[in-house]
Order: sequence, then structure tokens, then C-alpha cells
Amino acid sequence: MPGVAVNPETSKRSFASLGKRLSRYFHSHPGFSIFLLLALPLLWVGVVYFGSLGALVLQSFFHYDSYSGHIIKTFTVENYIQLLSASNLDIIFRTTAMAVAVTLASALIAFPLAYFSVRYATGRLKALLYLAVILPLWSSYIVRVYSWKLILAREGIISWFLAQLGLSGLLENILKIPGIGGPSLSMSMLGMWIVFVYIWLPYMILPIHASLERLPKSMLEASADLGARPFRTFWHVTLPLVLPGVVAGSIFTFSLTMGDFIIPGTIGNSSLFIGQAVLRYQGTAGNIPLAAALTAVPMAVMAVYLFLARSLGAFDAL
Amino acid sequence: MDDKQIAVRFVDVERHFGDVAAVNGVNLQIYDGEFFTMLGPSGSGKTTCLRMIAGFDHPTSGKIELYGKDVTGLPPYDRDVHTVFQDYALFPHMTVGENIGYSLMIKRRPKDEIHKRVTDMLELVRLTGMAKRKPSQLSGGQRQRVALARALIDQPKVLLLDEPLGALDLKLRQQMQIELKNIQQRVGITFIYVTHDQEEALTMSDRLAVFNQGRVEQVGAPSEIYENPATIFAAGFVGTSNVISGALAEKITGSAQTFTVRPEKIDLRPLDARIGKSECLADGVMRDRVYLGMYTRYIVTLDGGSELTVVEQNLGGARKVNAECGTRVRTVWERTNCHPVEEGR
Repeated sequence: MPGVAVNPETSKRSFASLGKRLSRYFHSHPGFSIFLLLALPLLWVGVVYFGSLGALVLQSFFHYDSYSGHIIKTFTVENYIQLLSASNLDIIFRTTAMAVAVTLASALIAFPLAYFSVRYATGRLKALLYLAVILPLWSSYIVRVYSWKLILAREGIISWFLAQLGLSGLLENILKIPGIGGPSLSMSMLGMWIVFVYIWLPYMILPIHASLERLPKSMLEASADLGARPFRTFWHVTLPLVLPGVVAGSIFTFSLTMGDFIIPGTIGNSSLFIGQAVLRYQGTAGNIPLAAALTAVPMAVMAVYLFLARSLGAFDAL
Repeated sequence: MDDKQIAVRFVDVERHFGDVAAVNGVNLQIYDGEFFTMLGPSGSGKTTCLRMIAGFDHPTSGKIELYGKDVTGLPPYDRDVHTVFQDYALFPHMTVGENIGYSLMIKRRPKDEIHKRVTDMLELVRLTGMAKRKPSQLSGGQRQRVALARALIDQPKVLLLDEPLGALDLKLRQQMQIELKNIQQRVGITFIYVTHDQEEALTMSDRLAVFNQGRVEQVGAPSEIYENPATIFAAGFVGTSNVISGALAEKITGSAQTFTVRPEKIDLRPLDARIGKSECLADGVMRDRVYLGMYTRYIVTLDGGSELTVVEQNLGGARKVNAECGTRVRTVWERTNCHPVEEGR
């Protein structure tokens, strides 16, 4: 309407009708709505996530000239061959073994806790348990790791407590075990394992908790009704149905342990873990191709693990 | 029935949840081989009673016997009783065959015996050839049958069914009602069936118990409960019923005792109609009439103020009375159709 002063009433109305037109357009073009919905996440996942992953894999096939320190962009598998050297295999084996040990311990601790919280705890107790699991995640990871260094130290509270119980000799003997021992808990693989389990435990509890919540009570009653004692119900019904949750949790604990460099750098002895090696190759040495190849190891190990889990039927209940 | 063996006996059973008495002094005898239904609205205690027979729940006081043996404190796996659950509770990670054979696997029966008996059960519930499927690949009705087969395979003494047809649509439900009854007669196992659907209860049961507020209001054969309800609740929950009490009851029957009369037993007649010796009458105004195909339902406001529901079959002949709304009519029925009822138990 040219020449006519815009009446606030009509402008409001035309705004409303614009909204109506827009919503009609979206309604009749569902494809466009889905495009709008996914544009941002796709951009993020596609470029930031898969893009950088692709760049990483690509770089692992470049040549690193150790004299000049330059990266030469020619295709080579020498970095992967270098992974097979004794010292690198040692790192890979140590890291994988730790990841397995941490995952097993986390699952063993997480399952009963989650089971209790889902099946028996109610109201306040349940909220309290949930908070106890979540709360540590709110404080700084570095602070917690350094606190553990003090807790596990020779003069730390654990040594003191065991001394009060007259069990110092036991600790000494455990620390003498080759492979897991060391001069003190804070400088041993055993200590590192304890800290890893502590730090990653919530990531195991939460998925197990979620899948136990989804397990209908009638399923357990049906099993008991058909003659199964509690242990057999657990073995034939509870465990298979909660296994996807356990696998989900183990993906977290396993991959987080495989990639971590703070805990092995703070607790334990000087032997390297994958995360530390990657940091050293790409930071100090500037050998990005080898660091990239080393990063591919945890991915490959995870892929093998998931494949095994699937062929063992871990996802049958999904 | 007295010479029959008692399958399940409830003796003064109570079950309290905090301050709430879900089951409040139930005494019941369920006989061997019968199809027994526990009927009642939700919260009436029928499901709690079923769960106490299964062993999922235990009485606060009182005792439950299975074939003469006190099982009050026994866990579910030590009772020769199986359950068909409302949500079927099929194990999603097992095939149909593994689900049905579960109890035999738990008993460590040989593999070929399990296979043979599973095949037999699949045939019984008309699912032959489905053993390798997963429960998620079945329809609701098929899952229902798998749950039934799983509960029947090692021939429990008693089969408990907790509203098993609730999730099915009407047509399938009616079909399954007949099938369940057939299977029960074929296997000869005592079935205890929980439902809130009175039609289902009347269709399938040999006997039924009407539950209300944690108590049993009446136990009897379907026709007995329908024709001769003992309480106002039983009269109203099983079929529809007219309840007449106080001064109006006295005017009609000569006694102030509350009674019920079924709508289909009542005859509509003109105001000047004469009645026989064995009949009784009440006059009123036609308030409403609803045509329902097979029959027509009339609501008459009696002179005492109560409303009377009358049902007449649409037989196609000439009507005996002008049944327009607003006209005065006379309602007549045989005195024997007046059933004295208690307020409740």
C-alpha cells in the first residue's frame, strides 16, 4: 500500500502472516526443513570431525626428512613400518594392555554399582549415588590427577594408612612385582592403573546405568518364573541385555586410556604411552607423519575390538 | 466341586504397601484343572494376588498353598507355576525357539529333547516354522502365543495370565479368547486369569472371583454371578444392573431390602397394563432411548426418582407400548428377577 502510513496493527498482522507463510512453506517442503535442521551438525561432523580425521590419515602417509626436518608430500608407508620397531611396539603393547586392564576394572566396579542404583536405590539414595558419579567430572581433571600423585606418594595417605594397619610389608612386596611395581605407588604401573580407573569410571557407569534402566523388571521376573535362580538369570538375561551398555562404556574407557598423555606423564615411570609418544613426535621432533601413524593405532585397535564384540553377539540385544 | 483337588488356596491373605492394603483378607480356593478368572477394576488387588501366587510378591500376613503345600515364602523359581506377562516379557536377544525352550534349558535338559518339545509347542500355538525368528519380527498376537508356549512347555501345575490380551485389538482379542480356552482344555492345566474386562471373564472362565478394593466380593460360575449378583459392586461390574433401594424398593417388593434387576429382564408396557401375580411393577416417564442395532436401550425415570435402564431386543414385531420420550410407561418384571444384594463386603 504505497503512500499509506503503516498502521502498527497492520504491520503486526503482516508479520504474523509472514510467520504463517513461512510455516506453510516448511510444511509443504519437508526436505528443506530437514536440510535446515542438519546443516550445522553436518558442517561440524563433516568438516571438523571427518575432515581432520582424513587430514590425519593423509599425513600419516607423508615422508619426513629427518635431516632437514621437512615433510615431503609423497606417498609412503614407511611410518607404519616404523611402528613395527621394537620400541614403538613396546609402547603400543603397553598402552593397549593398560587400556584393557582399566576397562576390565572399570566394568567390574561399575556394574554392581549401577545395578544397585537401578534395582535397589530409590529417591534420595539414588540421586546421591548419581551425584557421586557425576560430581568428580565437574572438577579439573589435571587437579585430580595431581592429587592422586600425592595420595599415592611414598609419604602419601595410602602408605601411611597401610603402615597403621601394619601392612607396609605387603605394599613393599607388591611394589617389587616386575612390570606393575616401582619405587612407590605413584611411580608404578599399578598406581597409574588405579588413577586411570578412578578418572574414567563415570564413563563406564553411566552407559551401564542407562541400559540397566531400560531392562524391564518383568524380564527378570519371567526368568525367575521359568525356574532360573538369580545367578542364571544374571548370566542368561541381565548380562546379554546390558552388554551393549558395557561395550559403550568400554569404548569410552578404552579409547580415553589409549589416547591419554597426562596420567602416564604424571604417575608411573618413564616408559612411554601412545599419547606421550604422539606428543613427543609431533611437538619436539616435528615428525607429524609418524605421530599421525601412531594415532591411527588406537583407531585400529578400537575397530578390531568392536568387530570382535559384534561377532560375539554383544549388540544382539540392540 | 468338593471332591476336586484344590490347586491354589488363599488363607486370610493380606498385602500392605505402606498404609495401603492392596489385598485385604482374601480367602479363595481354586480347583485343579479349572479356568479361574480374577476380575476387578485396576487397583482392586487382583494382580497383586496373581503376583503372590507366582512368588514375585509375598503376603504381609496369611498363607498361600499350592496343591496343599505352603508356598508363602518361596521364591518364584521354586514354584511349579509359570506366568504369561502383560507385556509378554519375551527375551529380545533370543530367538522364538530359545524363548520357548528357556525353562528346559535352565533345567539342563538334552538339546534334542528341547528341540522336539519346542517344535511341539510351536505347533500347539500355531507358529510352526517360526523358531528361528526374533521376537521383534513377530506381530502382537504372535508374541502373545510365544509367551504362552514358553510358559506351558514344561507343564506347570498352574498357569498365571496377567491381562495377556490387553494389548491386542478387539478382533484378535476375541479370537485369542477362544484359542486360550481351547488350549486350556487340551492341556488340562489350571489357568488363573487376571482381567478387568467382564466380557472376557464371562466368555472364558469356569469360575470367577470379583475383586474390589482388595477384597473378593463374590466367587462363582459366570452365569451364577450374572444372574445372582451378591453385592451392588458385583452387579454393576459384571454387566449393567439397576440397583433399587429404600422407599422405592419397599413400594415395589414390599421390603426395604436393596435389590438389583437386569435391564433385559424388564418389560415395557402401557400404563393401564395388568400384571400377573408373579410380577412386580414401577411406573415412570420415558427419559431417553438409544437404538443400538441388536437392541434398544431405554432410560425410564421412576416416580420415586431413580432411573431404570431397560433393554429390549429389536425383534421387528409391533411395539407393545408407545415409547416416545416424555410419555408415561409401566415397567414390569418377574419377582424372581429381583436379587437382594449387600452394600459390599
